[in-house]
Amino acid sequence: MGSAGLARLHGLFATYKPPGLKWKHLRDTVEMQLLKGLNAGKPPAPEQRVCFLLGPMEGSEGKELTLTATSVPTLTNHPLVCGPEFTSLKVGVGHRLDTRASGVLVLGVGHGCRLLTDMYNAHLTKDYTVLGLLGKATDDFCEDGQLVEKTTYDHVTREKLDRILAVIQGSHQKALVMYSNLDLKTQEAYEMAVRGLIRPTNKSPMLITSIRCRHFAPPEFLLEVQCMHETQKQLRRLVHEIGLELKTTAVCSQVRRTRDGFFMLDDALLRTQWDLHSIQDAIQAAAPRVAAELEKSLRPVLGT
Amino acid sequence: MALSAQQVPRWFNAIKLSSFVNATQVRKRFLRSRKTLLYGFSAPPMSSDNCLLQWGIKTYRTSSLWNSSQSTNSSRQENNSLQSTLLPSVNKQPQKIPNADSELSLEGLEDLPPLSPLQPVSEEEAIQIIADPPLPPVSFTLRDYVDHSETLQKLVLLGVDLSKIEKHPDAANLLLRLDFEKDIKPILLFLKDLGIEDNQLGPFLTKNYAIFSEDLENLRMRVTYLQSKNFSKADITQMVRNAPFLLNFSVERLDNRLGFFQKELELSVKKTRDLVVRLPRLLTGSLEPVKENMKVYRLEFGFKRNEIQHMVTRIPKMLTANKRKLTEMFDYVHNMMSVPHHIIVRFPQVFNTKLFKVKERHLFLTYLGRAQYDPAKPNYIPLDRLVSIPDEIFCEEIAKASVQDFQKFLKTL
Repeated sequence: MGSAGLARLHGLFATYKPPGLKWKHLRDTVEMQLLKGLNAGKPPAPEQRVCFLLGPMEGSEGKELTLTATSVPTLTNHPLVCGPEFTSLKVGVGHRLDTRASGVLVLGVGHGCRLLTDMYNAHLTKDYTVLGLLGKATDDFCEDGQLVEKTTYDHVTREKLDRILAVIQGSHQKALVMYSNLDLKTQEAYEMAVRGLIRPTNKSPMLITSIRCRHFAPPEFLLEVQCMHETQKQLRRLVHEIGLELKTTAVCSQVRRTRDGFFMLDDALLRTQWDLHSIQDAIQAAAPRVAAELEKSLRPVLGT
Repeated sequence: MALSAQQVPRWFNAIKLSSFVNATQVRKRFLRSRKTLLYGFSAPPMSSDNCLLQWGIKTYRTSSLWNSSQSTNSSRQENNSLQSTLLPSVNKQPQKIPNADSELSLEGLEDLPPLSPLQPVSEEEAIQIIADPPLPPVSFTLRDYVDHSETLQKLVLLGVDLSKIEKHPDAANLLLRLDFEKDIKPILLFLKDLGIEDNQLGPFLTKNYAIFSEDLENLRMRVTYLQSKNFSKADITQMVRNAPFLLNFSVERLDNRLGFFQKELELSVKKTRDLVVRLPRLLTGSLEPVKENMKVYRLEFGFKRNEIQHMVTRIPKMLTANKRKLTEMFDYVHNMMSVPHHIIVRFPQVFNTKLFKVKERHLFLTYLGRAQYDPAKPNYIPLDRLVSIPDEIFCEEIAKASVQDFQKFLKTL
């Protein structure tokens, strides 16, 4: 059972990381649960080994000796002597989430760890919902950090916020074009831009492809951000800077990732589902999509 | 340096063994003897390996040579290969003269010159040459020796996990040297008398392999001491099963521990007894965390003495819980969920659950508008039902929602 289970355990799957849990602990918990599932199979059948015994030959009268081969049971490969069959698994983590953030976290098992690099090189965007709180400023841009400043926010309106978000999106669009090393004067580049397929070619700072305000009820406001090459701290800093642009201050109370590349919230496994069978099913369900998307991203973009 | 079985258990603690399982002196413990092969005698059969003899002459379990017809099973050539070069006092004997062991008696020993290995041998003698691979003198695992040691085989059949014991080299060395009939059996019979079932002996011995180095008299004395303190036989069985190291503690130490708990918690004798029976690792663990936790409950949380007594008799695990986790849980329940002290006292199970469980369920109930923990008001939710029931029943009865809704909510946190 163990090796059959292991054969189905190669690929990518998404988990939902709750807030307050370190990503490393999540990875270790998933590995431990997988090992528990793999080692829980039926114990192997008792083995035998061959040894040669000295005994009297049949037919003769006891004086003549000969060696006969017999099978005797051996305990050398008994599970209580060797230990469990599986002691470690290769589990890798895709784009990390820090402790306070929550959301979709992609993990790779076995040969899927190779696909994690491919996903990284595909430069796909990620979706975040960011909840901001007007009126406070703290040192680490979070709600429970050390308070630095308190301000009023009555003058803030939805239009002002939307205007600032549009400015941000425009400047990031320019940066996106710059980092994609495309000459926008060519026809191919124009067609790509029209379809929205411009991507950076290698490392770049945080690039926001789209940002809009979903919900505005002062002091709270909810932003939906599509970005790449980001860290959650930079998103919180973004909220702080939006507050400064609005001539007030803001802190970020929640950062939640709702999509990582082609893994959505629905594919993400909750804590109660981190066991062998659910993970195997999730890998199998995601496998065709993963293969298609990675192949598409590796092809030249305007392939005929 | 032949160690007898009786000497080994007492002073193995004193000698510093090498870090590897040392099989040198194990030869005597092995399965029924091989026909020992000695060189150059017509009556007994011949040894094949020259080099083996140079290490000295070994291991005859019985004093007489066995007939070839009696050697039955899978025993290997235990002898010469086992003399390890690590031990300084290696018995180097000249090949012709046998060891002056009284166990050995061979007929027809003569002073013969060593024979060359290229000398032709008769068919009969050739058949009796044992050319099995020798046992490794040192090893990091007990797998190499399990097929040759009756002790190890019987322990595996009992259910003892050797893969865990071989991580402690002293323990593994001890087990190899012990004889099943003489050393291990009396202790097993003693444990069975205590009431431990056959299928529980395996896990017990895996945890407490050191019981084999204890004196049987001491063990009996400790059991009589516990009985004198009015612990019933079933109680003692349960305590020993849940805390395998209990009987390794001396009577004074057990006495001190029991006295500490009685004084610290100021409970009656019967209640202390019940507490210790429910959580016997209080007696075997360290006392510092217990003292710390008592201070935390009294000073940091502000519980009164009788409240702490009530909580501890209901959930003994509170005494040994992690201080940081206790503080986080109390902070969340008291400050975020606004549950006052007297209600927490009635439901000490909250200190035994994981924080994320309480957080998720409380936030779900808040979202539904059902987070009401005050018994005076309607729609009251008792804390023990909040934490101690599984997800499906919680969703159905307390939250009155489906499990899918709960999962969707969790993905919005």
